Amino acid sequence: MDWKQTGNERLATAEQPVTPTHIVDAVAANEGRYTIVDKKLLNDTVTLMEVSAPLIAKKAEPGQFIIFRVDECGERIPLTIADFDREKGTVTIIYQHVGRSTKMLNQLEVGDAIHDFAGPLGSASHLEGIRRACIVGGGVGCAIAYPQTKALHRMGARVDIIAGFRSKDIVILEKEMRDVCENLYLTTDDGSYGEKGFVTDKLSSLIEAGDGYDTVIAIGPVVMMKFVCKVTEAANIPTIVSLNPIMIDGTGMCGGCRVTVDGKMKFACVDGPDFDGHKVDFDELMARNSIYSEQEKDHTCRLIGGAAGA
Amino acid sequence: MPNMSLKKVAMPEQAPDVRNKNFQEVALGYTAEMAIEEAQRCLGCKNMPCVAGCPVGVRIPEFITQCAAGEFEQAYQTIKSTNALPAVCGRVCPQETQCEALCVRGKKGEPVAIGSLERFVADWYMANTVEKCVRPASNGRKVAIIGAGPAGLSCAGALARLGYAVTIFEAFHLAGGVLVYGIPEFRLPKAIVRKEIDSLREMGVKVENNMLIGKVLSVDELFASGFEAVFIGAGAGLPSFMDIEGETLLGIYSANEYLTRINLMRAYDDAYDTPLLRHRRAAVVGGGNVAMDAARCAKRLGAEDVYIVYRRSLTELPARAEEVHHAKEEGVIFKLLNNPVRILGNDKRMVTGIECVEMGLGEPDASGRRRPVVIEGSNFELAVDAVIMAIGTSPNPLLSRTTNGLDVNKRGCIVADEETMQTSRAGVYAGGDAVTGAATVILAMGAGKTAAASIDRYLQGMI
Repeated sequence: MDWKQTGNERLATAEQPVTPTHIVDAVAANEGRYTIVDKKLLNDTVTLMEVSAPLIAKKAEPGQFIIFRVDECGERIPLTIADFDREKGTVTIIYQHVGRSTKMLNQLEVGDAIHDFAGPLGSASHLEGIRRACIVGGGVGCAIAYPQTKALHRMGARVDIIAGFRSKDIVILEKEMRDVCENLYLTTDDGSYGEKGFVTDKLSSLIEAGDGYDTVIAIGPVVMMKFVCKVTEAANIPTIVSLNPIMIDGTGMCGGCRVTVDGKMKFACVDGPDFDGHKVDFDELMARNSIYSEQEKDHTCRLIGGAAGA
Repeated sequence: MPNMSLKKVAMPEQAPDVRNKNFQEVALGYTAEMAIEEAQRCLGCKNMPCVAGCPVGVRIPEFITQCAAGEFEQAYQTIKSTNALPAVCGRVCPQETQCEALCVRGKKGEPVAIGSLERFVADWYMANTVEKCVRPASNGRKVAIIGAGPAGLSCAGALARLGYAVTIFEAFHLAGGVLVYGIPEFRLPKAIVRKEIDSLREMGVKVENNMLIGKVLSVDELFASGFEAVFIGAGAGLPSFMDIEGETLLGIYSANEYLTRINLMRAYDDAYDTPLLRHRRAAVVGGGNVAMDAARCAKRLGAEDVYIVYRRSLTELPARAEEVHHAKEEGVIFKLLNNPVRILGNDKRMVTGIECVEMGLGEPDASGRRRPVVIEGSNFELAVDAVIMAIGTSPNPLLSRTTNGLDVNKRGCIVADEETMQTSRAGVYAGGDAVTGAATVILAMGAGKTAAASIDRYLQGMI
């Protein structure tokens, strides 16, 4: 971007010109209502939602996230933008309904509005220069990795995907992933679909076979990212991970999402969420992410009407 | 004949051992009789020294004279004509270093309780008047304001009064900035903030929540979409940490995180979903209002021992005098001339203590305050299970990075002319913590007001 240009010059030359009236119209038409236009259950615990959010859709880039609040008393929960459609003005999120807030979100249907929906937050992924990539997704992490994969594919990079799931019944986005890569390698822990084994096993064998990856992008459970990074560090392949620490504001104000990268404190919401996986302190992240797990259990019990933990 | 009592009429308060277990307001406010009695202490000095101490220039003797005569509505209009948020300022301004510091009555005895009177008048007005808002005639010109905190609200109010079509873009789901995420309910009830913002809405100010400018729209796009001027009041930014060993242990918070969980996200209220660990012994590092707020919140959430760890002495403590007094009354323990050197934890990565050193005071430093010096070998350990860092913030680079021609200084704060709040870019003004670094609500409001006047002159083609 040329910083010497005036705003109007930059707007005129921008790849996706922003029509001035469009901004005003979008704000006015939206009126802060983030309506659900599509909802699909991808498996028993994972849902896809397409949400009307024209301004966010206009600016979203792979790697960025939104923060939603399901109602007036809800938490602020970050979710990676799984896809966006600038024409339709929609943003797609894919989430696992495990905690209270995502379970409440899942009770909303097409036509309902999400109370708050702010974004796009975080820095976009840096994908320039990648020619041959292996995307490693674990479970719902495959959804988070999808926009990067799609973008790389469109940029002409050769992309393979290793998608790992516990078992066949929870496999998601198989077709979508297949459409944006050269080779899709599915693995399941129990061997009920694809190859039996962990994503790290598959990645090791592909690297050994000499597939010549210049970059690995790993997105999934923290423990998976940690072990993928161990494999790629040994093979000296640069590895991008997308981190999901506990977050409140998502704008750089609270510092709750701080992670240690290369021995330095970074805020995932402004410096990330993508980081150099070889430099991330994953053990610290796992500990920080589990800090409220007891309270979360109690909340979830109350939500589903069971006996409260108290 | 003025009331020559040397002491202020005391404002009723909740008892310390009651209030340190609830989040209701500490100070309960004057009755009309108390307000009249206190207002009669004002000498109505012709040269009005107090007004010079007010960043927004409230005509103090005038409103106090009206208050003494029981003309509360007129008193309110007098305040409101220069101050967009009277009920807020009456509660959170550091009056002892501003208006009340210059009060002639303070030379012998206590100054007039200007803050308490301002609060009374604003509360009386809210309780007794059905807002008959006269929406100013629109001049059809659009101004965008980034951030719905004290600076932005004050700027919005002043511009709306002049007939501008003002839209505030707020990143959070709720308007108010530090008034809602930072300052706790027991010091500033959120219903009051809401009413002040509602009154701006009635004047025609639009507030768009969930809009992080710099991400969802740039300043350039705001201009392109028809806004003719922009005011940036985006607040202080990223919390600072000490960069000491153990700072990533569990149970360590920035004051911003701790207070946001409690105030904005209402973690103390069971109706809300926000999780928060309950700690038994908490250390708050820092000596400003934010540190006092965090310490008093920790106490209210059931911590048995709460410490303020501050590296200088009571004389240099920057917090508002009333907050220090209240915190002490509520049982907060002040560890002055102490500084943390590392944080200790167990094998589960939970905080177990904080190692501090004692400090002495040396020669004055650049800030004019005596420089704290480590006393070697004075290390000691304080057993705590939570540490809250309230040692300031550094500017969020989001707007300066995404806005053409917006200069920042070497600390990253937006550069704005002190007289006009004009930035390095034409049509863009800035004020509040985004310019000064962490400061007070009233200074931010003063900057917002100044910027509004400049924006008006700019759009009239006068500058």
